[in-house]
Amino acid sequence: MTTAAVKPATMAQALQRAMRDAMAEDPTVHVMGEDVGTLGGVFRVTDGLAKEFGDDRCTDTPLAEAGILGTAIGMAMYGLRPVVEMQFDAFAYPAFEQLVSHVAKMRNRTRGAMPLPITVRIPYGGGIGGVEHHSDASEAYYMATPGLHILTPATVEDAYGMLRAAIASDDPVVFLEPKRLYWSKSTWSPEAPAAVEPVGRAAVRRPGRSATLITYGPSLPVCLEAAEAATAEGWDLEVVDLRSLVPFDDETVCASVRRTGRAVVVHESNGFGGPGGEIAARVTERCFHHLEAPVLRVAGLDIPYPPPMLEKHHLPGVDRVLDAVARLQWEAES
Amino acid sequence: MTVQELPGAAAAYRPTPPPAWQPRTDPAPLLPDPEPLRVLGTDAAASADSGLLLRLYAQLVRGRRYNTQATALTKQGRLAVYPSSTGQEACEIAAAMVLEERDWLFPSYRDTLAAVARGLDPVEALTLLRGDWHTGYDPREHRIAPLCTPLATQLPHAVGLAHAARLRGDDVVALAMVGDGGTSEGDFHEALNFAAVWQAPVVFLVQNNGFAISVPLAKQTAAPSLAHKAVGYGMPGRLVDGNDAAAVHQVLGEAVERARRGGGPTLVEAVTYRVDAHTNADDATRYRVEQEVEVWRAHDPIMLLERELTARGLLDEESRRAATEEAEAMAADLRERMNADPVLDPMDLFAHVYTEQTGQLREQAAQLRAELDAAAEAEGEAR
Repeated sequence: MTTAAVKPATMAQALQRAMRDAMAEDPTVHVMGEDVGTLGGVFRVTDGLAKEFGDDRCTDTPLAEAGILGTAIGMAMYGLRPVVEMQFDAFAYPAFEQLVSHVAKMRNRTRGAMPLPITVRIPYGGGIGGVEHHSDASEAYYMATPGLHILTPATVEDAYGMLRAAIASDDPVVFLEPKRLYWSKSTWSPEAPAAVEPVGRAAVRRPGRSATLITYGPSLPVCLEAAEAATAEGWDLEVVDLRSLVPFDDETVCASVRRTGRAVVVHESNGFGGPGGEIAARVTERCFHHLEAPVLRVAGLDIPYPPPMLEKHHLPGVDRVLDAVARLQWEAES
Repeated sequence: MTVQELPGAAAAYRPTPPPAWQPRTDPAPLLPDPEPLRVLGTDAAASADSGLLLRLYAQLVRGRRYNTQATALTKQGRLAVYPSSTGQEACEIAAAMVLEERDWLFPSYRDTLAAVARGLDPVEALTLLRGDWHTGYDPREHRIAPLCTPLATQLPHAVGLAHAARLRGDDVVALAMVGDGGTSEGDFHEALNFAAVWQAPVVFLVQNNGFAISVPLAKQTAAPSLAHKAVGYGMPGRLVDGNDAAAVHQVLGEAVERARRGGGPTLVEAVTYRVDAHTNADDATRYRVEQEVEVWRAHDPIMLLERELTARGLLDEESRRAATEEAEAMAADLRERMNADPVLDPMDLFAHVYTEQTGQLREQAAQLRAELDAAAEAEGEAR
């Protein structure tokens, strides 16, 4: 099949296809959540699954997130492989106790006897004009909990491959879907989906020599745009897409920073206590002698997520990324 | 345009009435009886299976001894803490006895006795409370979920497991245990709601032992009874004397049978009393008077059963002695094995967090290994 014949697919379609293929291959895969059945999810990511596999495999649950994840745990204890949809980032918080006290710990507390192969899909992040409680970048909460894998795709191809890998994983995965990229398109073909890779590796999305932008999920397109704009300033920026926050791919990140000598971490999550602090510390601990400047962060402001008409001031944009790059102590080179 | 301006508005406007309201379910059969069910000392006892009563008796005696032995182990420093179920043995034992091997038990932290009565090695049941690991057993071996400390959070697990079993066509029932305090938790509500909506084969056993640590039931709920809460979910609520082993066995047995037949979940409130403090570390004199405890000691589950068995001429000195001896043997074995220091391997800390260790964990494991080796070397040199 030639690429010309392929209709562009959206990230939402690739995610749907990943669940569809997993359900077709493995009868223990069950999708559950609010409005995931008849409606196909508020973002239509589960579109058609209930029709194809029946209500018992793609289930509209009562509206209670702790109950959804709690019952998914019991289902996993009996040998099923639940894929749970949390409708929005901030609606996942009622399930937090089930996630941190049980999902993350069950394998460890039972010495490996009872792994929980649960995928918790959470649409996250802003930039869609959502009103209060619909735009949180909540990844730092989950990263702070040992026992969970935290994945977040930034491309249509990854959305398919990484969700397949998450569902296939015997460990629980928090799968963060950048909702503003749901409608992003690519010539990815559902007929020839990318190979399912093991989780945990970052990808260099744009090679460069001047500095490394370390990012993930919704901020990847921002960084790629910033890297293009930076060429006008004479900077050739490398862009690393983490893809997996836990496990963290120190190898790929540090290899890039050692090459470029400078790094900026970019994410929507609040800067204070956010993933950027951990990443900057890891990079500094490992690459100190290669660094020409401190690792900088471009993050969401340390404020509750703003109302939609003001969100553009909160989200890291191209200008803020370029400003940070400009502050990477270039004087020393001239 | 207002309604009056609409074409034809001048003609008599008759709104279509909404569909007639109907209750979704008839609440009457869901309501608990006004009084907790009692069997022992009533006419109903005459028809109770004498073999069952004798088995309950042997188990209750053994269960009481287990409680006193575990409490003694805290005083000897062999257990970090023990939340006793003394006075609640009828509930613990009956919960274990009504289940088939293929069924699942979801205990709370106070329910180690139920797990032991189901066949779990007491040493494995007490691992959590000794502190050498969290769950001391493979849950699949006896189909006993890990003892759950965050209150009521194991209830939705029981619902999910029972639902999954039903989806797979297995006639498995899950029995989940919670206390009166736990019924205030959101997870209690969500679990019961999911169970009823899915008609999952689950039995919820609430042991209303009067206190959530120090807080009495009156500060926990304004419901007529905890069993009444069932009606709001569309499942039957049953009220039973939690110190009457025959009654608890009957009510739980019926609920399990109903669930197995596809009849859906049941909420059982067993009215009992926590005779000991919350744990060995608690001081119950700060929140209750001894006279109250005395009233409940006079309604002791073993005494009630003994009285019934003696009245019916079923319990002679010999069987009484046999039960005591068996309990003493269990206690002696438990004491002896708990007196041995557990073998700890600090490297286990990293072994089970993920299927495959992350780079971070490998680094930290190597660091701890080096610390341990250095300590061992220093100890060797000192010797």
